[in-house]
Amino acid sequence: MSRIVGIDLGTTNSLVAYVDDKTGQPRVISDRDGQRLLPSIVSFAGEGVLVGAAARRQLVRRPQSTVYSIKRLMGRGYEDVKGELRYFPFKVLPSEGIVKIEIGSREVTPPEVSAIVLRSLKERAEAHFGEPIEKAVVTVPAYFDDSQRQATKDAGRIAGLDVVRILNEPTAAALAYGLQRLHEGVVAVYDLGGGTFDISILRVKDGVFEVLATNGNTHLGGDDFDRAIVRWLLDEIRSGHGADLSPDPEAMQELRLAAEAAKVRLSTDERTPLTIPFDAFTYSREITRGDLEGLIGQLVDSTLLPCRMALADAGLAPADIDEVVLVGGSTRVPLVRRRVHELFGKTPHSQLNPDEVVALGAAVQAHILAGGITNMLLLDVTPLSLGIETLGGIVSVLIPRNTTIPTNAREMFTTSVDGQRVVDMHVVQGERELAKDCRSLARFELSGVDPMPAGMPKIEVVFLIDANGILQVTATELRTGKAAAIEVRPTYGLAEGDVDRMVEESFTYAEADVEARLLIEARNEADTVITHVERALRQGEALVGAEEQQTIGAALDALRRARATEDRELIREATTAMNRATEHLAELMMDAALKAALASRRADQVLEK
Amino acid sequence: MDHFEVFGLPRRLRIDGAELQRKFYELSRRYHPDFHQAAPAERQAEVLDASARLNAAYRALRDPISRIEYLVRLEEGRETKEGATVKPKAPPELLGEMFEIQEALQEAKASNRSDGLEPGARETLAAQRDRLLARYRDEEARLRGPLSEAWDAGGSAERSRVLGGFKDALATRAYLRTVIDDIDQALGEAGEGHVSHRRH
Repeated sequence: MSRIVGIDLGTTNSLVAYVDDKTGQPRVISDRDGQRLLPSIVSFAGEGVLVGAAARRQLVRRPQSTVYSIKRLMGRGYEDVKGELRYFPFKVLPSEGIVKIEIGSREVTPPEVSAIVLRSLKERAEAHFGEPIEKAVVTVPAYFDDSQRQATKDAGRIAGLDVVRILNEPTAAALAYGLQRLHEGVVAVYDLGGGTFDISILRVKDGVFEVLATNGNTHLGGDDFDRAIVRWLLDEIRSGHGADLSPDPEAMQELRLAAEAAKVRLSTDERTPLTIPFDAFTYSREITRGDLEGLIGQLVDSTLLPCRMALADAGLAPADIDEVVLVGGSTRVPLVRRRVHELFGKTPHSQLNPDEVVALGAAVQAHILAGGITNMLLLDVTPLSLGIETLGGIVSVLIPRNTTIPTNAREMFTTSVDGQRVVDMHVVQGERELAKDCRSLARFELSGVDPMPAGMPKIEVVFLIDANGILQVTATELRTGKAAAIEVRPTYGLAEGDVDRMVEESFTYAEADVEARLLIEARNEADTVITHVERALRQGEALVGAEEQQTIGAALDALRRARATEDRELIREATTAMNRATEHLAELMMDAALKAALASRRADQVLEK
Repeated sequence: MDHFEVFGLPRRLRIDGAELQRKFYELSRRYHPDFHQAAPAERQAEVLDASARLNAAYRALRDPISRIEYLVRLEEGRETKEGATVKPKAPPELLGEMFEIQEALQEAKASNRSDGLEPGARETLAAQRDRLLARYRDEEARLRGPLSEAWDAGGSAERSRVLGGFKDALATRAYLRTVIDDIDQALGEAGEGHVSHRRH
């Protein structure tokens, strides 16, 4: 069997991993620069596409054409996500069905954006092994519904990857912890990532990882922490500087990045300075861990109800849990750790890097599928009840949530009008009684029914949820034994033809000149540096002497000239020279900003007394 | 093949849970699609079906009450129709009390209070809920205990009488579950794990 890699396609970062044949241990594959995490960011820069760290550098410069956190939009419709669109600087178009993002004159769908991230990981793995990689296990949040899983699978296909398994992230983490680190017993995996939250309860016994129950929220994660900080900063800036930055996409992106960085520092530090240079002023203040906890307390608490519901579904109490595992970058936040500890009354495991553990588990599952591991078996569940809409819009549940997969259900259908030749079904997922309150997955149309009096045809429809948690539907007319033709119209998905077209288009992109891409990247980097230096000069000119001003000016001219050429190396060199020339100025500006922040804090303290 | 046959078990209700789990894991290792990735498509379809059947069988048999529900369906020849459960029925001796509860619930719904209930009415309802919960547990104990034992020990005549007992007890239990959930909802305690979450 050909090699299968494991991929964690994350909201914030993505990784690719494999199991080393010699040691039997999973390993993350680094890129040429030794980076293990690939930021899940894609920038559509003019004629080319940038991904990862290169795209990250475009967040502020090209906010409208740089797409991040796309996982939050996978398999969703416009109505689902319109509430959070104000946080995204790129434009999401109102449309029926799958959401579309407008980039310049073209439209892209979330699976296409994710495919660019997947393709980059595929290339990374190919460079590592020196051979083509065509198969992958790709992870998704356990609470992802059918549309979100299908969208992830489509992304793989567009990237030229056969996704041999869609694997749930918390279960992947349990596999990574594996038999060496986990004792036999009941394990709770608490997974809080950049955009999604999952809780899974598993029984580990005799090498079998049996998921007992899972719950979560596919719209809750570190991104929401950042947004809470940004809202607070916006209010502060409005009252302190009289400026409303919310309509300015570049400023909003600066705020978001600064908020995220401060949040990360507050996981180790009690207090941290926050300095954001804007065009008109530089905003500075200090933020404490207490401030942060006040802002995110409710969000963290909202993860506890899904935990209790999963426990109830498993028929267990918190005290029945033997071990707790923490997964996802957001579990580095001390408040999150405290709350999890309080709920389960146990110190959670976190020996494995929470950013990497899911990819490592995906590699283990890939190795199981390739036949390399035979003593471990994962038995997962479907997170949401699956049903069909019946008379009056009521849902008839066919497969209840937390049923071990693969699983199937049979249902008989017939006609209600004489001579009827087509039967419609509306399949939904969710726990509510009315179809309109559940998630619409697809409408199925059974056609070619022989014309008969109403109620005579007997059509048996089998709903199968496979080991990926994805629905497959087949139908048979029982009298004739003939398979009925089914047309599937996914509510929030891509039609088969769309995916084929996207696969083709992405091949054209793959053949694009690598050199051209590198040149675009160098130019974009130069543009970013030029903007920063221009701004620094406006704000900090008085801090340096005439001679230094002249040196900086000369370097700036040289960089502008280099930017106009086609010579990538020249642009790179000029960019580096520019950075060196402004090092001193940057230091001076940072000092000044810090002093201002400290001064304002002292003033606060004086006022308090 | 019925769910008992999947595990090579006779149609009896006393099942050793640990042994059932061990057998489930053993059969999962044989049929789970993960171990047949390189097999021809036809074999893959077979194991997928076998694996789905195994999972359904384990789900039906691992819990003593769902085991009885399955047995009733199987005995009545309805075993393929998932979800066809017994219709809820109020136990006759509780009809008076049920009437009171329904009235209180209606009132709670109609009232304009944010929590929908007067403190006094709240207390009464909570006490009624607790009594019903005790009755619910009694009903389950009767199903798991004497009725199950009678089924396992009885001959065919005895069994058809026990089957009727199962159906009555399941109907009462289903009715109590609905009323308890309604009260919990009115009290604003639903989903808080006060009583076990409604399990499918």
